[in-house]
Amino acid sequence: MTRDEREVAVRVRGLRKAFGARTVLDGIDLEVRRGEFFALLGPSGTGKTTLLRLLAGLERPDAGTVLTAPRVTTVYQEPRLVVARRVLANVTLGLPRSTRGKGGRALAEVGLGGRERAWPATLSGGEAQRVALARALVRDPQVLLLDEPFAALDALTRLQAQDLVAELCARHRPAVVLVTHDVDEAVRLADRVAVLDDGAFVVDRAIDLPRPRGASSAASDPAVLEHRRELLARLGVAPPSGQASVPSDRVALPSGQADLTSDRGVIA
Amino acid sequence: MTAEIASDAGTVARRPAAGPVDELRPPPWIGQRRRRPAISLALRVSVPLALLVAWWWGAGSGRIPPDVLTGPGAVLSALGELASTGQLADYVLASARRAALGVLVGCGAGLVLGAAAGLSALGEELIDLTLQMKRAVPFLALVPLFISWFGVGETFKVALIAVAASAPMYAYVYLGVRSVDRKVVEAARGFGLRGARLAVSVVLPSALPSVLMALRISLSVSLTGLIAAEQLGATEGIGYLVTLAQQYYRNDYMVLCILIYALLGLLIDLAIRGLERLATPWRGQVTAR
Repeated sequence: MTRDEREVAVRVRGLRKAFGARTVLDGIDLEVRRGEFFALLGPSGTGKTTLLRLLAGLERPDAGTVLTAPRVTTVYQEPRLVVARRVLANVTLGLPRSTRGKGGRALAEVGLGGRERAWPATLSGGEAQRVALARALVRDPQVLLLDEPFAALDALTRLQAQDLVAELCARHRPAVVLVTHDVDEAVRLADRVAVLDDGAFVVDRAIDLPRPRGASSAASDPAVLEHRRELLARLGVAPPSGQASVPSDRVALPSGQADLTSDRGVIA
Repeated sequence: MTAEIASDAGTVARRPAAGPVDELRPPPWIGQRRRRPAISLALRVSVPLALLVAWWWGAGSGRIPPDVLTGPGAVLSALGELASTGQLADYVLASARRAALGVLVGCGAGLVLGAAAGLSALGEELIDLTLQMKRAVPFLALVPLFISWFGVGETFKVALIAVAASAPMYAYVYLGVRSVDRKVVEAARGFGLRGARLAVSVVLPSALPSVLMALRISLSVSLTGLIAAEQLGATEGIGYLVTLAQQYYRNDYMVLCILIYALLGLLIDLAIRGLERLATPWRGQVTAR
């Protein structure tokens, strides 16, 4: 096995997945390398989340292979914390007691040091999502799956959370697969952005911009604007002529996932 | 950071950060298992079927003495005997009528009280403590009192079953109403829904799964109530059959009664499941996504 081969953390070949008569993924090939931040864009219902669930082992492929490095963790759109356990217990969920110190350090890393004994219900949306991030990171993931983790946050909290994720991913170097509706978010965070449409990738491009990519500097960077314009065009959102690529008009694609995921999770 | 924590899959990896990445492998399946309906059904009936076969074999080979547990043959002939005289149908119908009437009255009261206590603070303050105390009183303790009030006629029987059936209904409806999403209720209040309209169009539909669960338990409890109620002053009913079996020490009747109760329980369960499917069509479509 070559050195290069060992760097791959996610490998998907010829993946096909259908729900009933509807084929959501049709012949997907994907490789994500260790330490690479890969963002997946696409309109609602194109199978972005399905691809993520296949990587997490929550769905079975109908055809093709899905391979990942052994340690895979996920942050979902909602925090999905156990309301009956304290914050630290949520972070170290299922891990031995000896990892409590590590859990505390992970909480400190996401800016929640000292909140170990808080109950999840007392946290704000952004704080709860940071706990979910700490819970994913404390397991030293080789693959970190992010399923629209910022979608439910307000705009300011979202920017802070994006910075935090960028910083933590740069430090821990997992392979990241981010699913998002938000072109700006993808361009800001990812090394590579792909657009999924009609079951296949229609774009797969590297974003080789310098880091850190601050929110304000990125907005005026011509390279960022160029990426943004092209990705939006691929997503079928053409900016009106004359005010092409005005940074302030964030474009988030209409969300269809929201109606399936209430903040209470699944009613069992 | 070193990789020192076992992953969810249980693979313990202790490698330095500079070391090679572990080999790729398909993600372990953590999704829900969906069995084919036919296999699921086969698994469901396998345990009762195995028990039946064991009983058959035990009685046939003489390992189970007849005065401990009569064989299936004797029970079947007892069943045939009762069925041929029409007594069985009469008994089941008589019991079903009493149970239905009692459950209707008891569940109705439990539903109204549970909804009132769950919906309003005043209702909770007025009702809950009393009903918690009432719940602590075994309904069988009320038998002598009820006989002195109602005699041993139909009223006594229906009243006893009603009291027995009301307790689980109250408890589950109260709990169900309490666990309805408060945000949805807030929103509905914002659209001008109040009181009974809020209860009927928002809260009770959302609490319907709890109500149906309560109905299932109330119906089973009513079977218990039947035994107690039909021991006295009854000339028909499956509770009366239990009394007969006890008086004449008929092991075949005793076993038959147990089987009838088990079958009734199964029928109740199937009926409520069907009702659940019809009354809560949104529940089958919930997926973790």
